[in-house]
Amino acid sequence: MDNQSKFNFKHNVEKGLADSELRSNLKFATNTLRAKRKALFADPEETHALRETGRNIKARVLSRLPKLLGKLEKNCIRNGIRVHWAETTDEANQLVLEIMDKHGAAKMVKGKSMVSEEMHLNSFLEKKGKTPLETDLGEFIIQLNNEPPSHIIVPAVHKNRRQIARIFADKIPGATYTEDVDTLLKTARKILREHYRTAHIGLSGVNFAVAETGTLCLVENEGNGRMCTTVPPVHVALMGLEKVVEKLEDVPPLYRLLCGSATGQRITTYFNMITGPRKKGERDGPTEVHLIILDNGRSKILADGQLQETLRCIRCGTCLNHCPVYTRIGGHAYQSTYPGPIGTILMPQLEGLDKKGALVTASSLCNACEEVCPVMIPIPELIRRLRNEHWDMDKKGVLKGRGSKKSILEALVWKTWKFTCTIPWINRIQLKLMGLSGGFLPEIGPLKAWTSVRTKPVFSKKSLKDLAKKEGIRHG
Amino acid sequence: MKNHSETSKTVYYFGTCLADMVYPQAGMCGIKLLQREGIRVIYPQSQTCCGQPAYNSGFPSEAKEVALTQVRIFSGSSAPVIVPSGSCAGMMKYHYPALFRDDPEYFEVKKFSDRIYELTQYLNSVLHARYEDKGPPIRLTWHSSCHAMREMECTEDSKALIRQLENVEMVEVENEHECCGFGGTFSVKQPEISAAMVHDKAENLRATGTEKFLTGDCGCMMNINGHLEKQRSPMKGQHIAEFILERING
Ligand code: SF4
Repeated sequence: MDNQSKFNFKHNVEKGLADSELRSNLKFATNTLRAKRKALFADPEETHALRETGRNIKARVLSRLPKLLGKLEKNCIRNGIRVHWAETTDEANQLVLEIMDKHGAAKMVKGKSMVSEEMHLNSFLEKKGKTPLETDLGEFIIQLNNEPPSHIIVPAVHKNRRQIARIFADKIPGATYTEDVDTLLKTARKILREHYRTAHIGLSGVNFAVAETGTLCLVENEGNGRMCTTVPPVHVALMGLEKVVEKLEDVPPLYRLLCGSATGQRITTYFNMITGPRKKGERDGPTEVHLIILDNGRSKILADGQLQETLRCIRCGTCLNHCPVYTRIGGHAYQSTYPGPIGTILMPQLEGLDKKGALVTASSLCNACEEVCPVMIPIPELIRRLRNEHWDMDKKGVLKGRGSKKSILEALVWKTWKFTCTIPWINRIQLKLMGLSGGFLPEIGPLKAWTSVRTKPVFSKKSLKDLAKKEGIRHG
Repeated sequence: MKNHSETSKTVYYFGTCLADMVYPQAGMCGIKLLQREGIRVIYPQSQTCCGQPAYNSGFPSEAKEVALTQVRIFSGSSAPVIVPSGSCAGMMKYHYPALFRDDPEYFEVKKFSDRIYELTQYLNSVLHARYEDKGPPIRLTWHSSCHAMREMECTEDSKALIRQLENVEMVEVENEHECCGFGGTFSVKQPEISAAMVHDKAENLRATGTEKFLTGDCGCMMNINGHLEKQRSPMKGQHIAEFILERING
C-alpha cells in the first residue's frame, strides 16, 4: 500500500483483518518478540527503575533541546561532520539530492532509517533518476516487492519465510525458489556486497547523537549499517531533532532499553559510534560525513508541554508488538511512516488531525503500550488528548486539523448523556425506560455495530438503585 | 497487589452505571460481601456514571460535569468509596485528578479520588476477608480487565479471594494480559477490530476447557458474554462478587 495515496482507514482495517496469513504472521512474530523482551526484562523493579532513568534522560534533553542541538552542531563541525538543518521533509530531500549531485553519485546504499521513510526519500530520489538501495535485510525484501515497511524495527514482519522465498525467486534475476534461510541470506549478501563496493553514497539513520562529543550512535544487528557508513566515500546521516542526547553517559541506559525493548537483546551485534570522516593518514572510512537534522513539525510538538512527551520515543517498536490493535490489523493499515501506538499519537501531530485523525480511534485504551514503553510515554493519555482535539468542543486545541471531526449529532448524544448522568430524576426515568425496553431496542447505529458479533445487552427490569432501596441499604 | 492498611467501619459504594442498567445483582452482591465483614455500606441513590465514556471519546467537558457530580454526591465524608469495577475505580482514582489538573476543584476532586478502592482490593488487602467454600467442585478461569491489571493493580487481590474457595480450581487463560476489545465506545467506533479482539479472547477462554470465567468488570463481561452467547457457546462469565457470595452461602 502506498503511504502517499488517499487514506481510508476503515477500508485498510477491513483488509488487514481479512488477511488470515497476515494475522498469523503477525501473531507469531509479535509473540516471539514479546517473549524475548519479557525474558530479558525479567526483574520488574529493575526494569521499572531503568525505564524511569530512560524517561528522565529524554525529558531532561527535551527541556533544553535548542541548547543541546547547538552544542551538537558545534561539536560535530569540530569533528569534521557537515551539519545541515531541514525544517521540512522537502528540504531534507533536496539536501540529500544536492550532496549526491555534488559527487556525481547515482547510487546510494541505505541503512535502516525511519526518517528517510518519513521523507519518502526513495521515491523522491527515484524520480530524480537516482538509485537508492535498502541494505537492511527486512527493508531489502520489501523494496524488492515495492512495499513500505509495516513495522519500525522489523520492516518485513508481515511476511513469512515462504512469502520471502517467493519474492526472492520472482524479483531477483537468476534466483531459484528456496526456503532455505542460509541460501536466501547468501543471495542477499552477494548482491549487497557489490552495491557497497560501487555506491558513492551511504545513508544511515541515527539512534543517539551525543551533544558533548559530536558522536553519532547507530544501533544494528546485520553489519549493513557499518558497511553503509564506512565503505562509500560519502556518508549521509539523517536524524529527527529529538534524537540528540546530552552526554556519553546518557547512552548506555538508553541503548540497553532500546535493545531489550526492540528485540529482547542485551546488546546488539553492532554498535557504531561515528565521530567524523577519515582523518589524514587513516586508511578507511568516508572522506565526507554529513548530518541532516530534520524538524518536520517536531519543534511545534515540543512547544506543547503535554504533547512534548511524544518526542521521548526512541523508536524501539515494542508498543507495536504489545498492541492488540496493531497485531490484528498490521502496520500497512495505518498507511503511515509510524504505525501502531506510537504512530497513533505521532502521525496526527506530524500530518494533522484532518489527515490522520482516524488513527486516534484505533485504541481500546487498554494501556498495554504504556506499560512497556521504555521511556514511559503515557500513550493512552495522549490518545485521549488527540481525541479531544479531533472534536475540539472546547476550542482549546492547538494541532493542525483540530475540530475536523466536529458533528452536531455526536455533540448532542454526549449532551443528552450528560443530563442523564447529572440530573437524578432524568437518570431514574432513563433506567426505568431501559428496563421496560428490555432487549427490544432497534438494531441501528451503535447497537448494530455491537450486535454483529454479540447478542444485545438485556437491560434489567430492576436497577441496582431499586435493589438497594428494597434491601434497605442506607443512602446518605 | 498494593499495600493498604486503614479500615473503616463505614464505606460508601459506587455501583457503576453498568451494574445499575444490566447487572444489578452483581452490584448488590458486592454490597453484601462488604456487609458480611461487619461494615456499614452507604449507597447514595443519586449516583450515576463515572464519566469514562465521554472522557475516552473526546468530550472532556461533559466528562468533567459528570465526574464533579459524583464527587459532590460522595462529599462530606472521608470514608472509603468502594467500586465493583477496576475500570471505573481507575477512572475515579487516577483520571479524575488528571481531568481537573488545572481547575480550582482539583483538591476537592483529589480528596475524593484518594478514597477510591476496587471491591476485591478492599475485601482482600484491607478487610482480609476469609471465605469458606460450600459449593461443589468446579473448574473455571479468570479474565482480568485491563484497568484492573494496569491501573488499579487489583488482579492479585481478586485471585487471592478466589483461591480461598477450596473446591474451585482456577485455570490460567492464555494471553490473560490482552484486552477483550470492549474499550467502551471503542467497540462501536472500531467494531471490526473490537470483534476480532473479543473473538480471540473467547477462543482463549474456551481453550481452558472450562465453562465459566470470573471477572471483576461488568464491561468486559457484557462484551465477552454477548459474543459467547452469539456463538451459542455454553461458556459464560460471572462477576466475582456474585460468584463468591453464591459459594459461601452454599
Ligand atoms: S512510544 Fe515507547 S514503546 Fe513505542 S516505539 Fe516509542 S519508545 Fe518504543
